[in-house]
Amino acid sequence: MSPPLEMLKGTLDLMVLQTLAAMGALHGYGIARRIEQISGDAILLNQGTIYASLVRLQQRGLISSAWGSSDHNRRAKFYSITPRGSRRLAETAENWEQLSTVIARFFAPKEHRS
Amino acid sequence: MSDAIRAFFSRLRAIFLKSRLDDDFSEELAAHLDLLAAENEKTGITPQEARRLALLRLGGRERTRELHREERGLPFLEVLGQDVRYAARTLRRDYSFALFAILIVGLGVGASCTIFSVVNTLLIHSLPFRDPQRLVWVANHEDATGDMSAKTTQVDHFLDLREKNQSFADMAAYMAFYGIGDAKLIGDGEPERLTSVPVTQNFFSLLGIAPKMGRQFSADECKWKGPKAVILSDAIWRRRFAADPNIVGRTLPFDGGPVAVVGVLPASFDFGTIFAPGTRIDIFEPFPLSPETNKWGNTLSIVGRLKPGATVKSAQAEVTVLAKLDKQAHADRNDFDPMVYGLAEHVSGRLRPALFVLATAVGVVMLIVCANLSNLLLARGATRQKEIAIRAALGAGKRRLIRQMLTESLMLSCCGAVVGLVLALVGTRVLSHLSSVSIPLLGEVHIDASVMGFTLLIAVATGLIFGLVPALQVRDVKLYDTLKDSTRGSSQGRGHAWIRNALVISEIGLACVLLVGAGLLIRSFLRVLDVDMGFHPERAAAVRIDPSSSYKTQEQRNAYFTEALHRVLDVPGIEAAGLSDALPLGHNRSWGIAAKGVVYTPENYPNGFPRIISDGYFHAMGIPLKKGRDFSERDDKNTLAVIILNETCARNLWPGEDPIGKIVAEDVDRTVVGLVGDVHHMALEEGSGNEFYIPIRQIQDYGSVDLVVRTSMPTTELAGRLREALRPIEPDLPTQNLRTLQTLVDRAVSPRRFVVILLAGFAAFALVLASLGIYAVISYSVSQRTQEIGIRMALGASAEMLQKSILLQTLGLAGIGMTAGIAASWILARTLSGMLFGVTPGDPMTFAAMVVILAAVAGLAGYLPARRASRIEPMSALRTS
Repeated sequence: MSPPLEMLKGTLDLMVLQTLAAMGALHGYGIARRIEQISGDAILLNQGTIYASLVRLQQRGLISSAWGSSDHNRRAKFYSITPRGSRRLAETAENWEQLSTVIARFFAPKEHRS
Repeated sequence: MSDAIRAFFSRLRAIFLKSRLDDDFSEELAAHLDLLAAENEKTGITPQEARRLALLRLGGRERTRELHREERGLPFLEVLGQDVRYAARTLRRDYSFALFAILIVGLGVGASCTIFSVVNTLLIHSLPFRDPQRLVWVANHEDATGDMSAKTTQVDHFLDLREKNQSFADMAAYMAFYGIGDAKLIGDGEPERLTSVPVTQNFFSLLGIAPKMGRQFSADECKWKGPKAVILSDAIWRRRFAADPNIVGRTLPFDGGPVAVVGVLPASFDFGTIFAPGTRIDIFEPFPLSPETNKWGNTLSIVGRLKPGATVKSAQAEVTVLAKLDKQAHADRNDFDPMVYGLAEHVSGRLRPALFVLATAVGVVMLIVCANLSNLLLARGATRQKEIAIRAALGAGKRRLIRQMLTESLMLSCCGAVVGLVLALVGTRVLSHLSSVSIPLLGEVHIDASVMGFTLLIAVATGLIFGLVPALQVRDVKLYDTLKDSTRGSSQGRGHAWIRNALVISEIGLACVLLVGAGLLIRSFLRVLDVDMGFHPERAAAVRIDPSSSYKTQEQRNAYFTEALHRVLDVPGIEAAGLSDALPLGHNRSWGIAAKGVVYTPENYPNGFPRIISDGYFHAMGIPLKKGRDFSERDDKNTLAVIILNETCARNLWPGEDPIGKIVAEDVDRTVVGLVGDVHHMALEEGSGNEFYIPIRQIQDYGSVDLVVRTSMPTTELAGRLREALRPIEPDLPTQNLRTLQTLVDRAVSPRRFVVILLAGFAAFALVLASLGIYAVISYSVSQRTQEIGIRMALGASAEMLQKSILLQTLGLAGIGMTAGIAASWILARTLSGMLFGVTPGDPMTFAAMVVILAAVAGLAGYLPARRASRIEPMSALRTS
């Protein structure tokens, strides 16, 4: 198995936002699991880093949190995206798509380049 | 709100919610681990293994927490907080050191701030007027002498200049020859003499001062013999009239008739502090610019407001030309040679050198404070090396350790600055209440925002300066050696001894400079006090007894004078009494005085200082009669017009001849009947020039009459006795203005005394600090050498030899410091030369005294540790290792 991918700066924050937008309220563990699953376990997080990302997003008012209980009746903190977060996600996603198209062109097969 | 600002505030908030957030996060993490472990258990491993894997997957609990905290809070501030708490703990443990350090920083900062607030008020701040930078002072001739007549301007010159000039938006003036206590308030409570300044109609509006109640003078009131009006100062309104809100419109019973109050000035305007430092001005009256006042000669001090675009230089060029044309057109007028100065420069320019000296002195004091604390911290650093080594071994970076040390010194300096600020508050309060010191604007001195800013700057700068050397010492800590050495903090490297010695040497050198500066000024001050003033102020007092308006004719007034003098001389305990219209060291004027029969050109027509006096004045003042006779009661307008000259005047008019019997041309031809000694009447530092005395019964040209008495009675008793004695002829005698002549002398030397006291204080402080510095270094080196000394003594060295070697070490340091200090003082003393009187900047006495004082202090500071060293018990010294 190849080593886990190096994360681009800010990518994790974006993934967290997208996850919350798609899944609704989730606790930290849930978010981490979800990101790992979506990436097909290509990204293996030190799951602790998710909390640094959550603090960042919360401080910027992009997500909010509240205590609730999980499926196993375990008390846990649930995060959900704020309207401000949704707006930001839309903007960033657009940027991201543009960027990835450009990047994709760079790495496209040679005959397309000239 | 941008992301960054949002993030900053929630980070800031997080600092204060630290423990709550930590608990919250612990719970969140626990939940995370539980969920993760539960998931892992599904693969069939043991619960313990599942938990271990979960922790691995998380990336470690503590690490996650740390990551979370860093993201959540402000790591920089939190570290600072830790450093401050740590520093506070260390300093509390060593509180005697901390107290001492805070105290000396406090004293230094207190002195610096006080001086800065004076400099700030006098030189940096603008005058408390509207648009003060456009205000100018127009003097007649150079603005250097104390002779008022030569600096003031005649009314018609002023009117012409005001009309014709293009440079000024407006020009105003006040009459410079107002007398202290000229206006006598009778009735309405105790009779009291008030000081009234006559001003032109536009005087207040030109300065931008509006009365807080009532109005300015009307054009009518400013006419010759117009309706009598007065404007009160805020202080007199409060003191005499209990801040009566209905004062405007009332008439006040002055001697000479009722006067209407038309206005009250705001408290922010203090005429005395700016135009007449050290005097209290109570009221203002209108000054008519009329042909009558023009006849009075030079009377006006002029203030102008420049038009936008005009400068002092351009205005000077214009008024020079205008004055020249004026002089040609009116040969009958007095000389006019206007000089334009910025008003601020006129007010505080003379003090600039003194303030520069004081500012330099506090700067030097602060440097000594820094050197001293640096040394103390170095000594402490040496004993703290083990603590530092342990912290380094536990993983503290050098950077972090240096930061820690600097935090400590900054905390000390900031605490010191707080103490200093309190001292400065007291200091400025004291200064601003020194009403008898004739330094302008002193009453305005206070602590304001710029002083606070300055304090903060000083605190940080001092903290960094004295903390830097000890902090950098951290770099040299050798971990292994320090930790291994189990007995002492460490052995002192040669490098540190060098730094410490250098610090002590520089302290001594700087103290040397201050001592020389203070010494020179003290010697000058003593010389000034030693000046033979020509009169004897001790046991003499003066009080105004101007004849009231009920004495209408000259005969009546002369009779009043005779009667008054007789009554006063009858009071037991009064040795002599006389009258004068002008006491020495006050306002001055000059009149022409010529030897009869000699033809002078207008340029060298002799001038002199007139005094209008009665018989007995010389005796009461203690002015020696050198030749001829004193005036007598019979010298009145029916007898021969006579005059008495001082020696300088006689010498100038008739060099080498006997002046008695010669005739001078004054108001009338007068025969010289006496010759008296010279009096320093302008300033103690200035010579006397021509002086002449005219009998009061032969002339009516006096504006005030002071009774001078010679007595050993205390002033309080004297006031009562005089009031008693004069009651039959003067029922309303105000005696609040009774003053000893010594107070006149004190006021004249007050600016010099002010500078000398401050500088001497700084020098004493510097001396104490320097001696403490020496003491600290020597006793530290003794304690470091305990073992060596023990061995030496065991090998037979005597106590005397040891003491001698330690004393020599001390004096060696002091010697180097003094040599450097003398060299620096030699150069710096030149800048003082303008303030010296009767001593040269290289005055050998001062330098010698400084060397003796410093050597004695250094010797004492070295002797104490030396004595301790010689009492070291060899056995116990050796055993401690």
